[in-house]
Amino acid sequence: MNAATTPVAEVGMSISERGPSPRTVIVGYGFWLFLLSDIILFSALFAAYAVLSGRTADGPSGALLFHRDSVLIETGCLLLSSFTCAMMSLAIEFRRKDWMLLGAGLTLALGAAFLWLELTEFGAMLAHGAGPDRSAFLSAFFALVGMHGLHVSLGLGWLVVMMAQVFTLGWRAMVRDRLACFALFWHALDIVWIGVFTIVYLGAR
Amino acid sequence: MDERDQRHAPSDDQERPGDAADWKSRLVKSLLGLAASIVLTLASFWAAGTHLVWGPGVPVLLAALAIGQMGVHLVFFLHVSSGPEGTNTILALAFGVFVVALVVFGSLVIMANLDAGMAGMDGLTRMQR
Repeated sequence: MNAATTPVAEVGMSISERGPSPRTVIVGYGFWLFLLSDIILFSALFAAYAVLSGRTADGPSGALLFHRDSVLIETGCLLLSSFTCAMMSLAIEFRRKDWMLLGAGLTLALGAAFLWLELTEFGAMLAHGAGPDRSAFLSAFFALVGMHGLHVSLGLGWLVVMMAQVFTLGWRAMVRDRLACFALFWHALDIVWIGVFTIVYLGAR
Repeated sequence: MDERDQRHAPSDDQERPGDAADWKSRLVKSLLGLAASIVLTLASFWAAGTHLVWGPGVPVLLAALAIGQMGVHLVFFLHVSSGPEGTNTILALAFGVFVVALVVFGSLVIMANLDAGMAGMDGLTRMQR
């Protein structure tokens, strides 16, 4: 995907002379297509939320329920985890298991902190009777934010599996491809979260 | 490893002592991305709570900041570039953005239209009573 994967001799060639792209580029492109389809799934949930956000059925509105301070901390966790994930990718390129483990561990911890904050928030809302069954607004809220949370949970599980694979299988191409796909997945989740905090939490009035 | 990989194997699997500069530039790129992202996030949270900006302009400002931050993530973390290998990625991204815009704005327009129609019906039944 970047210039570093293209050997110097091939830069000046025309596309027809260059031959097939290197494996990493093809794997990245395939996973990129999956990510775009995933983002289209989220766009449907965003559309549902945008349509239903005012339909509170005389229940609590977003402005009453949401705490911007905790959302800011959640956002900070995700942004930092994106950075540690990028550090992990860098460590993988240089085949440094120690740095890879550090990056993956920090990513895991920050992702878990984000999930814990989100689940606490959900728990408090449920305790106040503001569950997904209260109003169309809350149904759409739990569907959208819950779907993002589900993606983060699945990503954390994936990362644990990848950490194990680095130790059991080593730096073989298959493992590096999977790690590269995980990094793409994790950064794409951050992009979805930017939409969530802007539209859901900051848009609430 | 398949045959496609063989061509790149020498550059791929050896120790690369000459890449120290590359290592640093990658780290700097990630740090820049993180810094830009943090600044844009703080700006968003500030814009949502401030009274310095004209009220109806706040959603526009928030949208601009969010799109800017998404761009930062695409370039600095997802490494989307306009280089020779990035053409397909950019094309797919453009199509994805098109579908997302269609789904979101299409839903909003149609539902607002139906809602306006329903309000008319509501008024009609009220008049009949």
